[in-house]
Amino acid sequence: MEDAFDSLPAEVQHHYRNMQDDLYDGITDAVVGGTEQALAWGQSPANVLAHGLVAGMDVVGQDFGAGILFVPEVLRAAAAMKAAMEILRPLLTETGVEKIGVAVIGTVRGDIHDIGKNLVAMMWEGAGFEVHNLGVNVDADKFVAKLLEVNADILGMSALLTTTMPYMAKVIERLEADGLRDRFTVLVGGAPLNAAFAEDIRADAYCKDAAEAVQAARALVQQKGVHRG
Amino acid sequence: MDRLLDFLARHRSLVIGDGAMGTMLHAAGLEGGGSPEAWNLERPDVLLGIHRAYVEAGSQIITTNTFGGTRFRLALHGNENRVRDLNVAGARLARQVADAADHEVLVAGDIGPTGEILFPLGTTQPDDVRAAFAEQAGALVEGGVDFFLIETMSALEEVQAAVEGIRSVTDLPIAATMTFDTHFRTMMGVKPGQAMKALHELGLTVIGANCGNGPAEIERIVTDLAAVKPEGVYLVAQSNAGLPKWEEKQIHYDGTPEVMAEYALKMRDLGVNVIGACCGSTPEHIRAMRDALGA
Repeated sequence: MEDAFDSLPAEVQHHYRNMQDDLYDGITDAVVGGTEQALAWGQSPANVLAHGLVAGMDVVGQDFGAGILFVPEVLRAAAAMKAAMEILRPLLTETGVEKIGVAVIGTVRGDIHDIGKNLVAMMWEGAGFEVHNLGVNVDADKFVAKLLEVNADILGMSALLTTTMPYMAKVIERLEADGLRDRFTVLVGGAPLNAAFAEDIRADAYCKDAAEAVQAARALVQQKGVHRG
Repeated sequence: MDRLLDFLARHRSLVIGDGAMGTMLHAAGLEGGGSPEAWNLERPDVLLGIHRAYVEAGSQIITTNTFGGTRFRLALHGNENRVRDLNVAGARLARQVADAADHEVLVAGDIGPTGEILFPLGTTQPDDVRAAFAEQAGALVEGGVDFFLIETMSALEEVQAAVEGIRSVTDLPIAATMTFDTHFRTMMGVKPGQAMKALHELGLTVIGANCGNGPAEIERIVTDLAAVKPEGVYLVAQSNAGLPKWEEKQIHYDGTPEVMAEYALKMRDLGVNVIGACCGSTPEHIRAMRDALGA
């Protein structure tokens, strides 16, 4: 678990704020350098992840939602975070940071839009989930097989098209038919969706952005009382 | 002679396009996530019926069912090696209906985004995307389209790749529209004025907006496009029929034919030359638009 931001020395706080700015600007070299620097100071990987990366990505997500940033800026920020995660991931595993749950995520059949979905996958990983990202054009068979294989807690589905969003209902119907629906928390997202749609197809929640997806995943997993070492 | 510009000139610079294809295919039983283009060979009867219904409603341009006809998109359905067959078939179906129509109808060869993000922002090389558009365009020419409609684009780089791909195989006219559905910009952040300038610099003279979040949004976008439109450029608007709502296990759009008729009049007043519609619209909407315009 990370330390509270306020409890950190002023210069470390300042360093993390700079990292957040660099992440916002999508400067991969600076974000990677900042990650290495913080680790060299003896900061825990959990601290770097939470205060250097996730906090910065939260702002990126908010500003994307507000129409201040657009897809290119989000992609650059995501690439910077991804590069830093390459450094942090093995360290997080080594330090045995508690895994809070297992998630499977993908863009549904017929759809290829994966920017938002990849952002959610990254933020879930940042929040401590083990994430299995199945990519795009994923059919029900593939979702179900992976959910069972990794004994997942959460299924995340994304669609950007009105022509593909109905496929989410098919996946859920399939889970119901197989008697598996109650085993998984199903979260859905994508531009044309809304909460009423999620409710109607019997998903557990609609998430309008990556930050909501993280909140929802945390809350629903806690509700279910999932604990993993 | 540019067949499209000539057509526009002969129709006093106001022609009516068609409406949605996907909406019509889903209504005819295409399942969510299924391949629309595969129906060009599997269900030609359905495609002929849709094109005829639009022509009967007053469409003067009908658009081929080839929006996802590049190999990148066809690959989602394992059809990446059927680019030629599916696009030729799609073009021929529209051609057949246009040739049998009781009024002059042009066939627009539909070209949509590959869904790829181009290097350096993404990993797909522009050359590969250009080649994919060229491959699709060649098949559409073979099937007999009159011009190309590049639509629903969000990245200027991809419009450029499409124009260059088409130009490498044919001199047929090209119209292009982008989708400004994200805070009045495209998903990639392109503003209407920026799009007008960039597309005109690519040599295009038929430029506009399609899809998006309904008539009110398009009205603002078209106003911006018209404000910076160079001399000699024709405007295209193809709005969705309102916003999608999920009802009774299906997507419904909340824009009625009356709403779309009003939209058509607004577009005319803003100086739009090709007025059509996109997702959620049907021949009923096009008929209401035609009646309102008195065309």
